[in-house]
Amino acid sequence: MRRRVVVTGFGAVTPNGNDANSLWESVRNGRSGIDRVTAFDTAGYDCRIAGEVRGIDLSEAFRNPKEARRADRFSQLAMTAAKEAVRHSGLNTDREDPSRIGVIVGSGIGGLKTLEDQHTVLLQKGPKRTSPLMIPMMITNIASGMIAIEFGCQGPNFCVVTACATAAHCIGEAWRLIRDEEAEVIVAGGSEAAVVPLGLSGFANMRALSLRNDDPQKASRPFDKDRDGFVLSEGAGIVVLEELEHAKKRGAPILGEIIGYGLSADASHITAPDPNGRCAARAMTAALKRAGKNPDQIDYINAHATSTQQGDACEALAIRSVFGPYTKKVPVSATKSMTGHCLGAAGAVELILCLQALEEQLIPPTINLDNPDPACDLHHVPYEARESKLKVAMSNSFGFGGHNASLVVAKFE
Amino acid sequence: MAEKKSIEERVKEMIVEQLGVNPEQVTPKAKFIEDLGADSLDTVELVMAFEEEFNVEVPDEEAEKLQTVGDVIRYIEEHVEEES
Repeated sequence: MRRRVVVTGFGAVTPNGNDANSLWESVRNGRSGIDRVTAFDTAGYDCRIAGEVRGIDLSEAFRNPKEARRADRFSQLAMTAAKEAVRHSGLNTDREDPSRIGVIVGSGIGGLKTLEDQHTVLLQKGPKRTSPLMIPMMITNIASGMIAIEFGCQGPNFCVVTACATAAHCIGEAWRLIRDEEAEVIVAGGSEAAVVPLGLSGFANMRALSLRNDDPQKASRPFDKDRDGFVLSEGAGIVVLEELEHAKKRGAPILGEIIGYGLSADASHITAPDPNGRCAARAMTAALKRAGKNPDQIDYINAHATSTQQGDACEALAIRSVFGPYTKKVPVSATKSMTGHCLGAAGAVELILCLQALEEQLIPPTINLDNPDPACDLHHVPYEARESKLKVAMSNSFGFGGHNASLVVAKFE
Repeated sequence: MAEKKSIEERVKEMIVEQLGVNPEQVTPKAKFIEDLGADSLDTVELVMAFEEEFNVEVPDEEAEKLQTVGDVIRYIEEHVEEES
């Protein structure tokens, strides 16, 4: 019998609130976290809207101001969410064998703000003035390192970087390592803080972002006919994964069980999804197979659906090909309509929403779905959360580079 | 006109800011690593900040000798160009 892996804690910092509860309250009520960018002056930018995290208290996540200052914003968000997740799980790392606790927390881009700031220093003041902290602050794996230091986790530690599939891969790999007896507990997830000038201009110039600047809360509209791109968001989502018997022994809260994980690559284009959706479908099929579930045993799909024309249509096609006639019955929602796209954190934020949906027996909605695109013909949950009997949910994540990951999570029984 | 801050005051403020320590800890005898919790990255960053603030150059071999807050204050007082 394979070791079972359960979730015993989670934490989230998003534009919809600075902890997992406020995220759920916002999303179940169909509220958007998107607004005009306040972090910097966006005059001259095509896109001037984003999902920003507001007012986090770093003194809770960091022992002293120096540690907070030495962390890029993506690490600050990761640490804040990790503290919440570990607290939620009741895990006292001092009482555990540290070599059996790992951390796998990734980011799509890493410390972009640090890179930006230090490049400005380089140009203005020359090479002798760039900060000795630049490299350790910006490298994408540093959040995993910092979280391990904070909690003394000496087990497996790395991060996966697969753009918008980052957190899903981090969680999937953590699940695999615990199953394979490499660790008892892994703190896993993703973090992103790319709402900075380079991030906003770079994504906008890919023509990937919504330009609905005058109506920020309507900008992210997955599956809607009038969608015009995703909304860049920042945030972090962290889960504590734990081997079932280990969790039971210490009386941990069991919030759900990860039962499936599937991966694939489009091998098609650096940014555009494979138009026939075959490879995204293969990730879903693989996750279902690993979970030992048939498509008609999935009660809810949290779609990757970012609100781009191509991406949403390709995912809908992929879902239809996997779920066949049952597509008409399986509820699908795109919570990015409310959170925006947290890139490397998205997969974790959305898995947390799936866990909350299973707990509350309530499917969060897709807002702004005024005119469902016929190319995205799915069983939508527009505007209002829907009560439903939920046992098993699927969360999809697809990243630039053609990386696909699908997770299947079940209510613990 | 506001009174100009002394070199000592400015150095202490910068140390408090960068190392996140209490002003009372920043005595002339305080050692950066042992007493103020600095690591090697902090000390490089601090020396760079002093160089910029006081427009002095601190060669690496000199920087290594700056172990205490007092060492830094003395070094800067000796090397800073007197502002007229």
